[in-house]
Amino acid sequence: MNGDGKITKVSIIVSKGSLEGIYPALIMANGARAEGMEANLFFTFFGLDAIHRKRIDHIKVATVGNPAMHIPTLIGGLPGMSGIATHMMGKKMDELDIPPIHEFIEMISDTGCGMYACKASVDMFGMEKNDFVEQVQDIITVGDFYDLAAGGQIIFT
Amino acid sequence: MSTATIAGTSVELNDEGFFVDPTQWTHEIAVEMATADGISPITDQHWQVIDFMRKEYFEKGTGPTVRVLGKTSGVSVKDLYRLFPKGPAKMAARIAGIPKPKGCI
Repeated sequence: MNGDGKITKVSIIVSKGSLEGIYPALIMANGARAEGMEANLFFTFFGLDAIHRKRIDHIKVATVGNPAMHIPTLIGGLPGMSGIATHMMGKKMDELDIPPIHEFIEMISDTGCGMYACKASVDMFGMEKNDFVEQVQDIITVGDFYDLAAGGQIIFT
Repeated sequence: MSTATIAGTSVELNDEGFFVDPTQWTHEIAVEMATADGISPITDQHWQVIDFMRKEYFEKGTGPTVRVLGKTSGVSVKDLYRLFPKGPAKMAARIAGIPKPKGCI
């Protein structure tokens, strides 16, 4: 924070790989940059899907274990349900001019937001730098993350 | 809300420094506000963004978001942040004399 109590820097952790788990973090990072704040995105665990070359275009809404979907869990578990829900939500987002995740990641990177992958998760999933979209600057440790986040707010999503 | 005198003209600004009445804006005011914000010199590309924002505001009733600017103003998102480092939507809208854009993206 600066003297007038405004937030001047945020570091946002993305730990989930579902559509509804990823978008809020991206919107917050993009919004922070638009307000002139410094921003970093740190992708960990299933959040890595949001920057994974082969998975970034196939992020889906979770239809099971999500009471706010307002469909019974058994129905949500039927094959194809996640795809249908994702398609419907994607249509609505397109109408509202919210970019698809891939395009959003590119745009947020262009705003000057930092993008990093979590080393522990990358090692655990047996991934490497090449698995990620070019906007990812580095694979970093939790210690590096705290160094990057110093002096700002940390948001875990 | 407060009244400020910029480039010899008296204008109404809200608490965040955005114009209350965009018709009070002039080019001279934009130059003075941009200079105060550390933009120097103001290039043709800056004007391209400022003019586009005003056009959008008067057509649609709200200023464009960064995404819309990047897609339709002819200036890329990367360049927008280079031109207006303190956040293009916010900083450029203030200099362009329009209210803060309402979109989230």
